[in-house]
Amino acid sequence: MNLHEYQSKVLFGEYGIPVPEGRIAATPAQALHAAEALGGEFWVVKAQVHAGGRGKAGGVKLARSLDEVEAYAAGMLGRRLVTHQSGPDGLPIDRVYVESGSDIERELYLSLLVDRSVERVAIIASAAGGMDIEEVARTTPEKIFTVTLNPAAGLLDHQSRRIGFGLGFDAAQSASLGRILANLVRLVHECDASLVEINPLIVTSAGRIVALDAKINVEDNALFRQQKLAAMRDPAQEDERERRAREHDLSYVSLDGNIACLVNGAGLAMATMDLIKLHGGEPANFLDVGGGATAENVEEAFNIILTNERVRTLLVNIFGGIVRCDLIAEGVIAAVRNTGVKLPVVVRLEGTNAKEGMELLANSGFDIIVASGLTDAATKVIEAAERAA
Amino acid sequence: MSILVDADTKVVCQGLTGRQGSFHTARCLAYGTQVVAGVTPGRGGGTELDLPVYDTVAEAKRETGATVSMVYVPAPFAADAILEAADAGIEIVVCITEGVPVLDMVRVKAVLGDYDCRLIGPNCPGIITPGACKIGIMPGAIHEPGSIGIVSRSGTLTYEAVHQTTTRGLGQTTCVGIGGDPVRGMNFVDCLELFEADPETRGIIMVGEIGGTDEEAAAEYIAENVSKPVVAYIAGVTAPPGKRMGHAGAIVAGGKGTAQAKFAALEAAGVATVRSLADLGEAMANALAARG
Repeated sequence: MNLHEYQSKVLFGEYGIPVPEGRIAATPAQALHAAEALGGEFWVVKAQVHAGGRGKAGGVKLARSLDEVEAYAAGMLGRRLVTHQSGPDGLPIDRVYVESGSDIERELYLSLLVDRSVERVAIIASAAGGMDIEEVARTTPEKIFTVTLNPAAGLLDHQSRRIGFGLGFDAAQSASLGRILANLVRLVHECDASLVEINPLIVTSAGRIVALDAKINVEDNALFRQQKLAAMRDPAQEDERERRAREHDLSYVSLDGNIACLVNGAGLAMATMDLIKLHGGEPANFLDVGGGATAENVEEAFNIILTNERVRTLLVNIFGGIVRCDLIAEGVIAAVRNTGVKLPVVVRLEGTNAKEGMELLANSGFDIIVASGLTDAATKVIEAAERAA
Repeated sequence: MSILVDADTKVVCQGLTGRQGSFHTARCLAYGTQVVAGVTPGRGGGTELDLPVYDTVAEAKRETGATVSMVYVPAPFAADAILEAADAGIEIVVCITEGVPVLDMVRVKAVLGDYDCRLIGPNCPGIITPGACKIGIMPGAIHEPGSIGIVSRSGTLTYEAVHQTTTRGLGQTTCVGIGGDPVRGMNFVDCLELFEADPETRGIIMVGEIGGTDEEAAAEYIAENVSKPVVAYIAGVTAPPGKRMGHAGAIVAGGKGTAQAKFAALEAAGVATVRSLADLGEAMANALAARG
């Protein structure tokens, strides 16, 4: 679960990580008041969306007067911001964060995450902040410093020094950075953060180290013990269908094609999309009804799939393990009846009670196409999509 | 022969008195698995499914001689359950539980190094040696004793591979679902090593997914160490890059982790790859025929 920048900065404040002063605003008038209250001569107005790349997309503006603060806020609020990480539809800007302007001498990059290849928390830092950091990592990996933390030892002083001196700090600054790193490590563990990214971390002309940006992702599996953070969820930043699916224990991701898929298991759901593509079709979505698929969540899955107007046909692909295929078949028949779907539905059932399930489908009185295997299912659903197109 | 578990394996179930634990243990018992005890703290002295329940794994092991634990303990307590089993001297812990926080698993992996204990999972279907021992939630009936070793990150994809080898008359020696979580116990390489050493395993199917670099590591291992034919499938060629925040994940991945990168690494190692899931069984049969 992603947090907004302003939420992340509140957490940074609680953990003793220096951030500029700022206020949140939902209207241009609030933005103006926020800037007045902050004082100073210049401010930064920042769109609060769950995506990086805001600056290039016009979601971060430097204002040199109160009038400019209000004007920039008015230009952002109520619009959608499209960045290279937001998806083509962009994300709604419901709030802006108004921050005191900082006087920047250097821009650095700093992040913490669980590195799955070493199964530990890693700290990544680079003096090349503010630039395309992925490009830096690709072309000049020697400019990226990484340390990994032994869970028994935590962050060691020499690791902090390695990062500090690597970033070109003197001993005093390196010690300040060490305190910030220690606090970030504490935050990662206490908040179950799977990602903390600060880009840029700046050094002011007075030599102070400040987090100018803040991205935090809280691991979904740990939300049960992070009630305070779970309450910060902003549903407006999430895809409507994906959110609805999650509420029904389904996992859904929209794609651009016209063949909808309904599958049990994430691996099989991906493999089904791959199969459709391999045979010349275009999948409309990823949808995993989970290991414990029931007639109810099959019907809800139909409802979610059918809200996508591009869909021309549906493929149901179930390998019944613990789930019985005859129960799934009943769920499909009920879903076809209750949703009144007019699109062709192709079903492939395998595993426990598959034969009984296929018979139920064949005798249902509905136009349900029964497939006998993975390849047959892909071929039939693509033919059906071509006829319906 | 088989790897890790066989008809003599004695199993204790942690979380036996819970809904999932009792439901799936009943099916393991019906398959013929020697589940000998359950563990639920505070429920010691009772019984469930006619099995004795103990308060601690140590006690259950002492009383029954179990060497393997099957864990259905809810996610908030799963990490501790795994380490309790390791500390009690259990040799193989199979953790079925899904949703274990990743930082819990980071700690588990660090501590497990102190013990001579293998972990399978979490978030996995478990392990089965067909006709002998089923530990987990997989449907027993689709399996058939035979000659193929299967290792997979995905539950339902494991079942597809099993089904195809069964219908082709190849059968399986042992199938290991290693689970899809980013930090987990046994990996492809661990299973490949055991299958290579198992005289009854004639061929190996590995089923991977996008994300992480474990398939790439497996490819390197195969090139150096595996003489048996290996067939591989990777799910997720069409998976969208996914909305994301920030760059740290991409920096760490360094261009690895895509389905294309994994296919390429495996092919370079001499592995027969298939682009369609439906072709796994046929490719394995062909690979065996080519070896005579």
